[in-house]
Amino acid sequence: MDLRRPNRPVIGPKVRQVGFVTPDSAAATSSSSIPAVSAAAATSAGSPPSSLSPVMIPPPRHPSTEMSNPHFHPVGSYNPSEQILGSPPALSPSRSSRFDADGSDFGGDDDESVALSGVGGGMTPKSSLLMRQPVTKTAPLVSETRKRDSNVSKGKGEGPSAAPKEKLTKAERRATQEAQRAAKAAAKEAAAAGGAPSVSKQPKPATKPATQQKKDVPSGSGPLQPLAPSGSIEKKQGKKEVAAPHPRMQFDDMTKVGKLKKRAVVNQSEARNRVELFRHLPQYEHGTQLPDLESKFFQLDLIHPSVYQVGLQFLSDKISGGNARCIAMLLAFKEVIQDYTTPPEKTLTRDLGAKVGSCVSFLIECRPLSVSMGNAIRFLKNRISSLPHNLSDKEAKSRLQSDIDRFINEKIIIASKAIVEHGVSKIRDGDVLLTYGSPSVVESIFAYAHGIKKNFRVVVVDSRPKHEGQGLLRRLVERGIHCTYTHLNAVSYVMHEVTRVFLGASSVLSNGTVYSRVGTACVAMVAHAFRVPVLVCCEAYKFHERVQLDSICSNELGDPDAISKVSGWKDLNYLDGWAQNENIQLLNLKYDATPSDYVSVLVTEQGMLPPTSVPVIIREYGIERLWT
Amino acid sequence: MDPPMDFQVVVLAGGTSDKLSPLVSKELPKALLPVANKPLLSYPLELLEASNLKNIIVVVEGDEAATQVESWLSVAYMDRLNVEVVKTPGDVGTVGAIRAVAPFLISTDILIVSGDLVSDISPGAIAATHRRHGAAVTALFCPAPVSGGADSSTSGGKDKAKKPSRCNIVGLDPTRQFLLHVVSGAKVEKDIHIQKRIVRAVGQMEIRSDFMDAHVYAFKRTVLLDVLEKENLYSIKQDVLPYLVRTQLRSEISAKKENSADESSNGATKELPSEDININSAVPSNQNLRWLSQHREIAPSSYQDIHISDCDKNKSRLAKKTHKCCIYLSGKTQYCARLNSVQAFGDINRDMLGEASRITGYTFSAQNNVVHPTVVQGAKTTAGGQCIIAEGTILGDKCSVKRSVIGRHCRIGSNVKIVNSIVMNHITIEDNCTIQGSVISSNVQIQERASLKDCQVSAGYVITAGSEYKSEPLTKR
Repeated sequence: MDLRRPNRPVIGPKVRQVGFVTPDSAAATSSSSIPAVSAAAATSAGSPPSSLSPVMIPPPRHPSTEMSNPHFHPVGSYNPSEQILGSPPALSPSRSSRFDADGSDFGGDDDESVALSGVGGGMTPKSSLLMRQPVTKTAPLVSETRKRDSNVSKGKGEGPSAAPKEKLTKAERRATQEAQRAAKAAAKEAAAAGGAPSVSKQPKPATKPATQQKKDVPSGSGPLQPLAPSGSIEKKQGKKEVAAPHPRMQFDDMTKVGKLKKRAVVNQSEARNRVELFRHLPQYEHGTQLPDLESKFFQLDLIHPSVYQVGLQFLSDKISGGNARCIAMLLAFKEVIQDYTTPPEKTLTRDLGAKVGSCVSFLIECRPLSVSMGNAIRFLKNRISSLPHNLSDKEAKSRLQSDIDRFINEKIIIASKAIVEHGVSKIRDGDVLLTYGSPSVVESIFAYAHGIKKNFRVVVVDSRPKHEGQGLLRRLVERGIHCTYTHLNAVSYVMHEVTRVFLGASSVLSNGTVYSRVGTACVAMVAHAFRVPVLVCCEAYKFHERVQLDSICSNELGDPDAISKVSGWKDLNYLDGWAQNENIQLLNLKYDATPSDYVSVLVTEQGMLPPTSVPVIIREYGIERLWT
Repeated sequence: MDPPMDFQVVVLAGGTSDKLSPLVSKELPKALLPVANKPLLSYPLELLEASNLKNIIVVVEGDEAATQVESWLSVAYMDRLNVEVVKTPGDVGTVGAIRAVAPFLISTDILIVSGDLVSDISPGAIAATHRRHGAAVTALFCPAPVSGGADSSTSGGKDKAKKPSRCNIVGLDPTRQFLLHVVSGAKVEKDIHIQKRIVRAVGQMEIRSDFMDAHVYAFKRTVLLDVLEKENLYSIKQDVLPYLVRTQLRSEISAKKENSADESSNGATKELPSEDININSAVPSNQNLRWLSQHREIAPSSYQDIHISDCDKNKSRLAKKTHKCCIYLSGKTQYCARLNSVQAFGDINRDMLGEASRITGYTFSAQNNVVHPTVVQGAKTTAGGQCIIAEGTILGDKCSVKRSVIGRHCRIGSNVKIVNSIVMNHITIEDNCTIQGSVISSNVQIQERASLKDCQVSAGYVITAGSEYKSEPLTKR
């Protein structure tokens, strides 16, 4: 496979990647099919701008954008809510089977098919239940609903407030559905009677069904596959949906933050002067957490010492990096399990799960979890809950411990060795390889390539404030690898001599977006501009089914002091005492999202894949499928 | 019951210290010396209790002292703490004391607290720092008390010249987390010898002499027990700690214990897996996993990391072992002092009345003093600010008490002036006496018109009428 992919024009990733619907967003969009579950829900979830982005985005501040952005619907574009509405249910299995066919041929899949399969894969029973109603109707009717929909949201959209969406029980949902159906029928009659809707709305419904049908035809005519497996997949994902995590904690919601604080072990004081756009992320005064947690060392009886130790190390950044944090956490959990005894009148599967949960929430307080850790926790909880009930404590514990060992071994260590093997095959003599930060897998690749006497040179790109690259540089130089060290500022200068870019990743999301150390996107984009292939090395256990289009909705904020202070430069003190100033807001982001356009190939233990194949890996080799 | 967080606590209460000679005697071991009318040992014990450490081993030197401490403990802390008293023969040093309790030590880490510590620094913080670094030893250092400023205003600092030079030479890494060099008190010479190897590994060392060893150490048990096997060690502060610091880059301790101790002391001993990358190699050992999770840990000074790579270069990884010696520096706002001299006794008592009154647990009245309700005061008697007067004391007419501590059941006559002094229990002071800047032990009788200035009076002494003493220790012949 040629690493240099045909340089297709980079379309705005927002438009292209819309097709992926996570379970969460699917639920949200499906709720939009019912006008006015509550007025606010309809405006927040049903408006096209927010249906373009995942649900993690905080409630939109300008609900009226829907009206002002009609160009958000180019003719060829694809809107998930319409897709759901317009597609008969019989098509969805075949769509995912089409995807199967594509999955076997990674090279040739186009964006559209992946987008479609994304819908098929991400469909949830909840949404399909809700969809049953529009599905029975024909396409024109769909346009009618759509019209109603927008009318309603127009009517209610003026209210800028966004009341929190209520959780409805199944019966309640059914009731509202019935009511809506009645209302719709009434409205339809009214419309037929001559109440012509506004003219501006008219062309949109007319074009939409046409494009939909155009899309439906190829998927319908796709190679016919046995339906059973895809059906089972749907069922499986339905089960997952039940256990899916609740929406991400929004730290700009004062009531929720207050509740969280009551439960918190670590006494955290919120940082002042936070950047407006990132209010929804937790940011605390750095420097207050560690002493506070340390002084309470002996008072927290409930937390196992090893978990506590790991938490302290996370908090003080002594352990960082996705793999290292994940392994440290799992080893701590192993000790927790070792020391665990089931209290009387409780069952191990339930009580141990709760105990692990409390450990996890402690670790989250110390530092937000990485995706790798989240996946590992999900795996562990899965294993705990699937333990047979007739096992004795000792057997159960040893089984769990060996599960953890296997996870670390197979998913992390052997995986990284496999990645090294794959990655090395892309290094040729005379190459100039660039890397950013200090990714552990990439370091191993370089070391191994050097060990088998490949002749290459490495450019280590680093950035403030952590200067992780220096450690990598030191280790590489000590191995005798010829290195160049530069900072991110100069990446455009060094890029012209580079032949390959190797990057690490914190996570790869199911739309191919690479979520990684801040600055990675910049390197990848520059490499793309210079037509240098970008290889992202990432173990498959770090893949996540979430879709993320930007690095705003989900990110981590670091210590703002770290960027305001330059170590070693005593005279650079312009920002001393910045915290007192209301006009300054410092932003120290820890991660960014690299759109898949800039990634030539993903190197995983399953081989080298295009970023569009991430959903397949998640589906076929995901955490849920491990040893079941 | 499992020790909390896998920490056990040993309090070294000492015996009858020579340094506190006129005050401490066979009848009154150092641990029971009243500081602001509470036995000295209650300060560390309450500090530990506040941190939820309820299982404590107390080591006392000497049989009599041990019995006294034990009987006091059984009354005072019977229902609150689970204290075990271990006695050692006198003059075995702190190392000897630890040797005596070694069979009781089972947890991963041991916290050793000096019994003469008066502080409000949370021991949890030291323990947590120790855990966080996975250190072999973590020591608490606090800024040395500035003896001068505070004393010159008072009249208590006369025996300053007698005080041995208490300064420690301490070498720190730039982040002030690792202890790189330590020379304590008596062993300070004119020149400082610093190991090149350590400086090379760190790059930069900060040498301070204004820190005081507070005698609070967190030790890894395996390390501690290993060190105890060595001969001719006497004091933790002067022998064990310098030894561990000196050998931190060529440790023989963690070498043999590494396998038995599950605790990962550091990354240095682990081998580098990327060297033996053959793709289908066997399942890596637990040690290796530990390594993997920790080789990326960025030691703030990066000095351990650098040393690791040095090891790799020399291809003699297994020959070299390291352990970490960490330091916990107390903040400026925290109080920390050791009662190890007569001077310190006076200072601490004054601090208890003044700046560090929060440690005592007394609630001060509006006049900024603590007067027990059972105290009987005569006409025109004034108890000024920063005073503590305990129960059952009777003061005559026209007395004046300022900045002083008066113990239980004292009988004080008329027209007596007590300034800046410590008066212990069951003391009789007759009329027209003047006592300034002095320490008067229990059961002393001071007859009429006596005048004491900057004196230490031992227990049971009788001062004859009309006598005048200035700056001398008075002991019973």
